[in-house]
Formats: sequence, C-alpha cells, structure tokens
Amino acid sequence: MSTARTLPPLAKQRVTRLPTVSDTLLDNGLRVLAVRRPGVPLVELRLRVPFAAPSGKNGMPHVARATLLADTLLSGTDRRDATQIAVDLQTIGGQLSASTDADRLGLGGSVLSAGLPGLLALLGELLTSAAYPKREVEGERDRLVQELAINRSSAGVVAREALMARMYGDHPYALDLPTAEAVEGVRPKHLRALHEARIAPAGSVLTLVGDISPARATAQVAKALAGWTARRTSVVTPPAPTQVGRTALLVDRPGSVQTTLRFGGAAPSREDPGFAAAVLANLVFGGYFSSRWVANIREDKGYTYSPHSGIDHPPAGSRLSAGADVATAVTAPALLETLYELGRMATVPVDQAELDMARRYAIGTLALGTASQAGLAGLLSQLSAVGLGVPWLRDYPKALGAVTVDDVLAAGARWFSPSVLTPVFVGDTAVVADSLRTLVELEIA
Amino acid sequence: MPTRAPARTSHLSYVVERAQLANGLRLVMLPDRTSPVVAVAVYYDVGMRSEPEGRTGFAHLFEHLMFQGSASLGKTEHFTHVQGSGGVLNGSTHVDYTNYYEVLPSNATELALFLEADRMRSVVLTQDNLDNQVAVVQNEIRVNVQNRPYGGFPWLQIPPVLFSSFANTHDGYGSFVDLEAVTLADAQSFFDRYYAPGNAVVAVAGDIDPAQVLAWVEQHFGDIPSRTVEPPPSFAEPRLTEQKRAVVEDKLAPAPAVAIAWRTTDPADLVGFLPYVVLAEVLTDGDASRLQDRLLLRDRTATSIGGYLGIMGDPLDAREPTPFLIEVHHAPDVSADSVITAVDEEIDRLVADGLTAQEVQRTVARMVARYLREVDPVLGRATHAAVFEQQRGRAELLNELPDLLASVTPEQVVAAAATLRRDNRAVLELRPVGGAS
Repeated sequence: MSTARTLPPLAKQRVTRLPTVSDTLLDNGLRVLAVRRPGVPLVELRLRVPFAAPSGKNGMPHVARATLLADTLLSGTDRRDATQIAVDLQTIGGQLSASTDADRLGLGGSVLSAGLPGLLALLGELLTSAAYPKREVEGERDRLVQELAINRSSAGVVAREALMARMYGDHPYALDLPTAEAVEGVRPKHLRALHEARIAPAGSVLTLVGDISPARATAQVAKALAGWTARRTSVVTPPAPTQVGRTALLVDRPGSVQTTLRFGGAAPSREDPGFAAAVLANLVFGGYFSSRWVANIREDKGYTYSPHSGIDHPPAGSRLSAGADVATAVTAPALLETLYELGRMATVPVDQAELDMARRYAIGTLALGTASQAGLAGLLSQLSAVGLGVPWLRDYPKALGAVTVDDVLAAGARWFSPSVLTPVFVGDTAVVADSLRTLVELEIA
Repeated sequence: MPTRAPARTSHLSYVVERAQLANGLRLVMLPDRTSPVVAVAVYYDVGMRSEPEGRTGFAHLFEHLMFQGSASLGKTEHFTHVQGSGGVLNGSTHVDYTNYYEVLPSNATELALFLEADRMRSVVLTQDNLDNQVAVVQNEIRVNVQNRPYGGFPWLQIPPVLFSSFANTHDGYGSFVDLEAVTLADAQSFFDRYYAPGNAVVAVAGDIDPAQVLAWVEQHFGDIPSRTVEPPPSFAEPRLTEQKRAVVEDKLAPAPAVAIAWRTTDPADLVGFLPYVVLAEVLTDGDASRLQDRLLLRDRTATSIGGYLGIMGDPLDAREPTPFLIEVHHAPDVSADSVITAVDEEIDRLVADGLTAQEVQRTVARMVARYLREVDPVLGRATHAAVFEQQRGRAELLNELPDLLASVTPEQVVAAAATLRRDNRAVLELRPVGGAS
C-alpha cells in the first residue's frame, strides 16, 4: 500500500468579477435586467410576473387556473396556433416554458443569440394575446389531471403536500398542487380572465443574460413588448405564519419499502442580519455532503441514500426544509439520529473547522453558480423578486466571512431546534407507527 | 433536388490540448479563463456492461467505494477537501464508463488533481466501508426504483426484451443478493483490472494554464504504475429478427406506459449514427414534432412522450449496441396497441413521404442550442470532451458536433426511420396494478 502524501495547498483565488447589470424601467413599467456574458452564442431569458395566490375559498380554484394557464400559455395567440409557435421556436433554436407558484408566473427560456428578436416577438404576442383555445385547454386539462395522479403516486410529493398544508394552514402557501376536481372545473374563460387581471408589466422583471449587447437587447425588449400595457389587479400575499413546531404527521403508504421523512420550518430571508449564520448552520447540519446528518445516517449507519436540508425563499417567508428517505426497518433509528443532530445544532457550539469548511463551500459555490449563463440568469431573476441584486452579491460573501461559532449556535437554536420544526412522514403505518411513537407524538393520516 | 441543410450553425472554438503520460493516462485540457472556475473529470473505461455474472450492480457499487478513502485520505475526506475548497463533486456509472468529477474555484485545481490521483493510485477498501456502502446503494435503489412509480422504466426493464447477453440485459443497479455477496477481493480485482491509468481519461476545463496542469498531472499521476489494459470488449450481439414483447406490472403507478426499442447502427460510425439522433428529435421534441403532434395534440391519447438514444438517455456516450427508444405514457382507457399503431403510422408516413429540409433544420437548430447550453458550464465541457476522447479519440468533437448535426440530411433521417420496423423491435408495456390513487 502507498503511504500518505501531503495535500497541495490552495493557491490564491482569483476574484470573481461581479456581473455588470444594465437595469432599465420601461415606459410600461416592466423592469429589464440585461447582462453581457458571451460564452456560447445563446441568450437566457427569465420573466417574473407577480402572481400572488389568494387565500381562503378562492385559493384552490386559483391554483388550478394558474397551473393550467401556465400549461396553455403557449397553446396559441391571435396570430399563431400551438404548432406554429412550436415550429417558430425550434426554427430560432429557442425554448420557452411557463410555470406558476403561489407568488409568481415565470416564463423561462433560451435562444440562439441571433434568434432573440424572434423570441421577444413571440413573448410579446403571448403576453398580449394568448388565446387559450378551447380544444387545447381541454386537452391540457385532461393531461394535467393524469399528471397530477402520477405526481401523487410519488411518496415525496405526498409528503410535500402534507407538509405545506400543515405548516401553512390557510395561507396560500399551503396549496402546492391543485386537486383534480378543481382542475376539471377550469374553462378557457377563466384563463382569459386570469390572464387579463394579473399578467401586467408593472412589477414584472425580465432578465436577459448571454451573448448580447445589453443596450441593444433592452431596446429590442422595449420594442417587442411596447404593446404590453395591461394594468394589474393587485393581490398581495399575506406574510407567511411564523411557524411553530407541530405534532408529527404520519401518512400511510401501505407496503412502502422506505419511509419519507420531511421537516419544515421558518428561515431568515436573505436580507435578515442572521441570514449568513443560518446558511452556515444549515450546511453544517445537512446542507451538503460534508454535513453531520449525511455523515451520521448515511456514511456511518447506511440508513439512507440522500439526506438533505436547504433554505428557500418564497417572498412571504423563507423556509427551512430537510428530508431523507430511509429504509422502513430503520425508520425510528433514523428519526432518533435526526432529532439528535437537530438538537445538537440548537444546543452545542459547532467546531471552528466545521464552520470554516461550510463558509468556504458557501462562498466558492456562489462563484460556481454564477459562472454559466443559465446560473447567473436564474440567480439574478430570483434576487429581483425581493428587490435584491448585485449589491447583495457583493456583500453576501463578506457576511459569510464574519459569521462566528456563537452566531451559528444562535441560528441553530432559533431555526433548527426540533421544537420549532414540523415533521411529516410517509410510510407503512402498520410497520413504523409504534416505533415512531416511542420518540415523538404522532398523528396518523 | 439538393436537400442538404446549409451548415449555418453556431461555431464553437474551445481550445483543446492533450497529452499522454508514460503510464498510459490520457489528459485533455480546455483552457478558458473567463470565470475563475475549473472542472476536473476522470473517466474510467468500465461500466455496467463489464460487471461479471453474479455481481450485478458491481460497477456502481465500486463507484461508491472510490469515495471511501485512499492512502492519503480517510473516509469522507475526498468530500471535505473538495467542498471545503468551495467545490462540488459527484460520480456516476454508465453502461460503458464510470466518471468522477469536481467543479471548484480554480485555486483548487491542483488539489482536485491530487485527490483523483490518490484514489487512482491507492484506493483503500475495507469491510466496514463495503458493508456501509452496500446499505447506502440499497437505499438508492429503494428511492429510485422500488419506492417510485415507473422506477426503472424502461431503462432497467427493457434491455432484457431487446438484448440477449448478460452484459446487455442485466440490471445495472444490481440485485440485493448480488450486492450483499460482494467481497473485498472482488473489489480489489475490479480496481486492478479496470482502474489502471491507461484505462482513464482526465479532462480539465476552465481557468487553467495547460502547461501548469500538465506539470501537476505528471507530478501527481505520473508515478502510478502502468498496468496492462485490455481493449474495450465488444458487446455486439445479433439483432432481433422478430418483434419481442413483454409486460411489467407496477404497484405504484396510476397509469400505463409503453416503451418501444430498436437497435441502431454502431455509434462508432458517427456520420451513420447522428441521423438516428436527429430522428429521435424529429419524432418527439416539442409540440411541432411528429409524435407529439399526433398523440398529444391530435389523438390526445398520450400524457407524455419521450424519444432518445441510449438506455440512459445520452446518445453519444455509449458504444455498440445502443438502442433507439420511444416512451409513451398514456391514459388508462387507451390501449398500448393503439399507441403503438399510431407510432407505426407516423414512422410509415415519415418513410413514405419524407420530410423537408426545413423540418430537419429547425429540429437541428434546437438540438444545437440545447447542446450549447450543456457546454456553457465548465463541467459540461469537461464531460463531453472526456467521453469523446475516451470512446472516439477525438475531444475536438466538442467543437465539431454542431456542424456534424447540421450536415444530417432529410434522406439520412428517412433511411434511419426505415430501419425502425415492426419485426425488429422490443415492446415493453407497463401496467399499473393496485395503483396509488
């Protein structure tokens, strides 16, 4: 066997240059962010339109309509049918798709740089004259019902729906996917009305990154979207509840060979002074492979393949999520170790070396994520949703650099304590319920 | 009438430099100093098709063991050094190769090369780590196959219908029995045979000085002893001479699906193979494609359609034999046979009536755009260059692929379609039993 060798030291790191973002507010109220990033001859496009879901009895019909609106936005305009749109997109080497969630309608795509005017022209047409043709809406509606059934046959989707409902109660974030019943009630007139009421330029942000001249691309946007002048009916998402830990829920999945463990809780927003500490606490707990949770329940005990925790940022309240799919036979032991690692974050200081490693990872991967056109476009678009941009990109590494062991302990106590998290499990109740009850109080669905 | 598409695509001009060490290790370098990031990818020329009988899933299990320590690195230290440098990493096992990669800030380039060299020289295999990773892999199979609707459909389930040899038909994720039977001696002999420097390609893309990278590679990999490397085995086998059909039952799936697979030409002949790659997109890419238009927009019998080459979905990373696959998920009240008939009719129509140069051009335009999007990140560049170098001796295909795609003619696409017959294919139906809904 070879003997151990000394690892080479890290060289001095080149500074990652911050992107130069051209930021323009058009006459119609649309904000355009444009960045030149030559690389390959492509342009990445992201459009975010505020699209807050209502609460209460209007919530589910909205989710159904919004989902189907995104699925059929490209199904025809007053000038082109679905096939022609698809042909035209292919011809310019473009792709474009729409999605919605409880906060926004998103249109994302890319195109060979020479095709940008064509993509923008299509975008303008979709925003101002999407037709929601009856036949296409009915076809997509039937397809969506079947897709939802397929989605809900996955344990992870079942767990996510249950967790969102439990964490958010009657807040719009509680509704993750529409019911089949609500989808079946959607008619083209609902989609046209929703489009007219909500898809407006004011408050929307269009991000372009790639092989472009920002000034010329912005002018092309102004021209192509000049006719988009709709006024929006304002709907504001109420602040998400500051969650407190709720009793664990076990959803029965008879015969399941694994138990899907999920935990959800609140997290600080990117602007919160405690954000960087929470990010590093998350990494130490379960946010990357070199974390305690992975070391414990995967690399030491072999209970699972992919434990992971993360923070995401719905505008009405940031969220901590953690999940692992564990073999049925070791469900309670896996929960025991998870509660131990969470409790440790909340009560015992992390090692300085652990903190420093997490810090280098957070700073380094930020540079990796913005090195590609698609990565940069996605991040700028997400940041724009909460009014952040290049200054945040500049300051965030400094904030990470300043986090201390005490800061991480405070973040652990506030955000990672088992008492502030809501657990949801999906598994074979007959096999796992009794042993889970030895550790936590349990409701069974 | 000339129908050759004009080669009016986007040219790539990444610099490609290569070197080979005395021990046989091949190195490809793709310098690009735009961003201070680098990707290091190591490709070993061994995959699922090379694992021995009674050891299904072994190549993938061994990939896990490569992360469990080497002479200079304890268990999990490979991860902590890469991630503690601000990088990300992974490995994956394919039919003909196993890869390992890191993407890092470029000040960690030498570190990444050191880490890869250390495990190529001196992986440390222990019973504890083997037992642990067998359990981890079993949980990977549970989460990706056993506890998931459509798990393993069709990539693990259609090979036994289309092929006949053990190499081509067996489950590359492995049976639990075979995984539990693995010994340290199996692992050591697999390493000795396949993880030799002469059986590997190292690709480094991004913010690098090639002369410096070559010096580091010489320093860290150069003293790994050369071992005899056998040429890649042939997995060729006779083609089907009649249709073969099979059915799998899925307890979790709420709706049926059908997969149809044909053999194609040997991918080694790239000019002969690319028309199949274009054909898959002509049939299934977007609402303007033949099968989406027919089954999704007009007949409304399908909920989703996929068409692709290679059992794992990458057309250009496997040797002969490589299948052409069509996968259709459809409604419970639609029969598999009616879906298959519609697919046949569309292929017949393509063969009988041909297609226009414009249809090929627009299809290729989006294929090129998608490919550019893959190679924009440094990792995409490193992985494409590595597999092109390993299987074709030509990393430069990284730059050449867009023009090669643009030179595919309608006649070639029609000729490829004409080989997708009713009497030479494998059909696998997935039937929901029990259902989750």
